[in-house]
Amino acid sequence: MHELSVCQGLLDQVASIARQNQAIGVKRIRLQIGPLSGIEPQLLEQAFPLASAGTLAEHAELAIESLAVRVHCETCGAETEAAANRLLCGACGDWHTKLISGDELLLVSVELTTVARQEVSNAH
Amino acid sequence: MCNTCGCNVTPGNAHTAQQKNARGESAVEVLQDLLSENDRAAAHNRAHFDEHGVLAVNLMSSPGAGKTALLEATVDALKQEYRLAVIEGDLETENDSARIRQHGVPAYQITTGSACHLDAHMVHTALHHVPLAGLDILFIENVGNLVCPASFDLGQHCNVVLLSVTEGDDKPAKYPVMFRAADLLLLTKTDLLPVLDDFSPQRAENYLRALANPAPILQLSARKGLGLDGWLHWLRMEVRTRKQQAAVQRAQQPLARPTAVPATLPNGRFERVG
Repeated sequence: MHELSVCQGLLDQVASIARQNQAIGVKRIRLQIGPLSGIEPQLLEQAFPLASAGTLAEHAELAIESLAVRVHCETCGAETEAAANRLLCGACGDWHTKLISGDELLLVSVELTTVARQEVSNAH
Repeated sequence: MCNTCGCNVTPGNAHTAQQKNARGESAVEVLQDLLSENDRAAAHNRAHFDEHGVLAVNLMSSPGAGKTALLEATVDALKQEYRLAVIEGDLETENDSARIRQHGVPAYQITTGSACHLDAHMVHTALHHVPLAGLDILFIENVGNLVCPASFDLGQHCNVVLLSVTEGDDKPAKYPVMFRAADLLLLTKTDLLPVLDDFSPQRAENYLRALANPAPILQLSARKGLGLDGWLHWLRMEVRTRKQQAAVQRAQQPLARPTAVPATLPNGRFERVG
């Protein structure tokens, strides 16, 4: 299971964003994980408390959005939804398709708790 | 997709790129791949390979599909023609690299401990022990696993996935992430097909095509030396393509490194100059 190592990578990215923004905490981490990413959202959710313990993201909410698998047909041009293991065109049934969504493994955004802007400027 | 130009914003996620937090707390939009650290290391590895004109082939399959046996047969067939090296990935033991070394080519073993896949950093570390200069092909034998290795770019130029006929022909449907990544599918141990009437190569192909994957499919038996010609031909074509692309890359470099321009030999191979 590689979700724990992916989770640790995620937390490194979050920590570096938090540092850049002088954050004192992380409220929410928004991810997008497609069914064809190779990452299981449930396992990532289980790994998160273990990996985040003692970090700025310890109490953060992990919000995972899963996008539908969609393909563009190179034969008929249709855009249709598909199953992860059956990427055929929903209109004409051809297999010459390109994936347009469903393999995302994205850190979308991080919501940070920062000290109020005024305090920051006073400090300078 | 990269993480710099915005091409990772797909029609499905474009709305989230504009998301703002309403409570005065700052929301930082990132849209960065969760494996970006690995991808950076993989790009670094690939740059090393390209600099030396080395073809890097990532072999993936379930445990026991015959990756090492295929490499042994391949090494025997090609070691006079090309300079080869192998990086082996396993949880434990040096067995596989020892097997390869017995065939007279350098092999470096990565033991991952409990990790179920190789990642770009492990391969980078291994490259310190595998001199790339003068090499034509570097084989990376990934950990036997049809799940995790598919998610980690190592810097390879192509993925070769093995499916032995002692497994089910519906493996591509069961492990779509892995088989979608295949640039070549090898059906192995096909000498056993006559006694395995439940494995249909046609069904395996149909399942692969259902993943919108146009990769060629070859049948072989490394043990019996059957069907190796197609695989060796595919490798030769890939080596030739890699050398040509490396030559173009070298030719495009600024004049600060004029010695890097390759000379073409009559037989179509490229000679390294400088």
